[in-house]
Amino acid sequence: MVKLKIDNFDVEVEAGTSILDAARKAQINIPTLCKHPDVDPSAGCGLCIVKVGGRIMRSCCTPVAEGMEIITSDEDLKDIRKTVLKLILSNHPNDCLNCSRSGQCELQDMASEMGIDQNEIIKMLSQEPKDETSGAIVLDPSKCIVCGRCVNICQNVQNVWALSYLHRGFVTKITGANDKKLADSPCIRCGQCAAHCPTGAITDYDNTQKVSALLNNKENITVVQIAPAVRVALGEEFGFEFGSNLTGKIYAALRRLGFAKVFDTNFGADLTIIEEASEFVKRFTGNDNLPMFTSCCPAWVDYLEKYYPENIPNLSSCKSPHQMVGAIAKTYWAEKAGIDPAKVKVVSVMPCTAKKWEIGRDDTMNSSGYKDVDEVITTRELAKMIKAAGINFKALKEEEADNPLGEYSGAATIFGVTGGVMTAALRTAYYYITGKELKTLNFKAIEGLDAVKVAEVEIKKIKVRIAVVNGVGNVEPVMEAINKAKAEGTELPFHFVEVMACPGGCIAGGGQPRVMGATFEKPWGINDGIRKLRSQGLNTEDEKAKNRLSHKNKSIKKLYDDYLGEAGGEKAHHLLHTKYQKRPLYK
Amino acid sequence: MDKEPCLGCQVGEKWRKKRGSLIMALHEIQGAKGYVEWSDAVSLAETMQVPLARIYEVLTFYNFFKLVAPGKAVISVCTGTACYLKGNDKVLEKFKSELKIKEGESTPDGLFHLQCVRCVGCCGLAPVCVVNGKTYGRMTPEQVPEILNEWRETFKEA
Repeated sequence: MVKLKIDNFDVEVEAGTSILDAARKAQINIPTLCKHPDVDPSAGCGLCIVKVGGRIMRSCCTPVAEGMEIITSDEDLKDIRKTVLKLILSNHPNDCLNCSRSGQCELQDMASEMGIDQNEIIKMLSQEPKDETSGAIVLDPSKCIVCGRCVNICQNVQNVWALSYLHRGFVTKITGANDKKLADSPCIRCGQCAAHCPTGAITDYDNTQKVSALLNNKENITVVQIAPAVRVALGEEFGFEFGSNLTGKIYAALRRLGFAKVFDTNFGADLTIIEEASEFVKRFTGNDNLPMFTSCCPAWVDYLEKYYPENIPNLSSCKSPHQMVGAIAKTYWAEKAGIDPAKVKVVSVMPCTAKKWEIGRDDTMNSSGYKDVDEVITTRELAKMIKAAGINFKALKEEEADNPLGEYSGAATIFGVTGGVMTAALRTAYYYITGKELKTLNFKAIEGLDAVKVAEVEIKKIKVRIAVVNGVGNVEPVMEAINKAKAEGTELPFHFVEVMACPGGCIAGGGQPRVMGATFEKPWGINDGIRKLRSQGLNTEDEKAKNRLSHKNKSIKKLYDDYLGEAGGEKAHHLLHTKYQKRPLYK
Repeated sequence: MDKEPCLGCQVGEKWRKKRGSLIMALHEIQGAKGYVEWSDAVSLAETMQVPLARIYEVLTFYNFFKLVAPGKAVISVCTGTACYLKGNDKVLEKFKSELKIKEGESTPDGLFHLQCVRCVGCCGLAPVCVVNGKTYGRMTPEQVPEILNEWRETFKEA
């Protein structure tokens, strides 16, 4: 432990702590626009300066030392910070009134807190055009303050390397290599850059207008589904505690927005498990293309297609849950309800920006004969639609989903958390192999936020080796171990591997609410504490669920009996499975 | 006949095992070809196992590196203090408008490359321009078309 004085108060922190973090422990907030708990300090913005024994230093990247005497705020520092912020603002358009980040912008908030009421520095704005090519996120260089969080996340956390700093000084630009547009770069559309951007420089590709248009066309029967992770995060936009599970209220809000039917992606998650567990049992017993990788996460699928095309046969061929719901809604449900499937429009509310791209990734996404899912909006976009419609979300009474595409098990709801898909699949795979239910339904070893979690599960005396990769940036060593064993013909390290691209899983997806805090709860945005609370919201629902097993979902059983036939059978294969292709890193 | 291995692969193979050698590898490519082409950067990235994004970060950070083939005649307009104050900004503008390119660019016919430099060491002659080693002192915008024609002729004869 290191003892030091911050603003004349005695503070004791662990060696290696930065001055910035040490000050937070002492309830003192030092402003910053670039340091974020998810990334290493980059010393980018220059706002976090403090005086250490009279010398001015950046607190984010200066570790504490024994006996340090630190001043975090005096007239000098306030003056310099104000100038630094004014310089940042001089390169930032005064577009707040028509910016999608307005009211939820760290830069705007910082300007207000520092009392910037005029800026005498001449504006010099970037004339770079927006990059909307990815169809999932929008890069607006004119609003970029070059804090570097997105580049840091893209390169060092996600290991995707789509974004980079090009050039230097005033003309520094955040873009792809050789100025490639995002759609032509290795970008997997995970949206972690958008989730960490402090300004309006990286935002959702907004589909709310298109959804409104679907709803306004009276010819349409527009149905909606919500992903598991949406229910434990949307509340943050309306003043609820982190992790509040608001499924019933969200259903109610969706009906008020005008959706004809409210379905749940969790139904699709149960359906995924039936298909995926059957597929795994078949591949495991037949030693066919092992290990099997989960395929629910479109950003992970995209990553594998780009970075590990040789491993395409290892991916499960199952579509992701919301694609399954789309396909079933436009076939089975439309038929049952006696509706022309051409009139059915499916909207998915997702914690994810990559889902916006997934709905058009290839022709298997049109398995119903129509586009299986018509539009995708993120949790953030749903919050905007609810606010714009003047719905008093907090006061809404809870409602139920519409059946049969609304029933779900506890296994489905944990799809939104790292380790959840694996847990759900094992529960059902165990039953398929042994004919019995697992005694304990949870696998402690694969819960939590560790980078790679491994376990052995004994099924009928056979040890099934599993791995759960929390965040696509952690997948490299796992792939290397697998491909080394394959090349050398030695025993595979794993049989079944779950990968979710976003750290923490979908609960911290690129489309989730940007956590906004009061002055002290800074920086805004996701962190591990919030990841845990959101996960808990889903895990608690699973623990309390009457049915915690996908194969016991009665509506799913009926779907197979009445319509699909066998799991993995011809009809199921056509509607619920997809194919993969090698994709170039750069076009 | 076997295709000759690409420049990026050859250079990459040479520097692959040495840590922190990306800049040296890029220097070698530019030295051989005069600039670093996309295809060479791509194969260098593959051979050296360095993300392409990192390679372009380095290439664009140092303005020494060129991403497109430079023109045969490299026009260096000095924008150091003396030359700038003596009116080389107007000379630069004249070059830009005559050649219809910006600084750091080459003409589509591959004849001219325009760049700015900070001081060429003969401030007494300010404002100064240098074309392929030939120095032009006390420049005025009016001289620009003459100089361009002079070099066009030189290349025609060659």
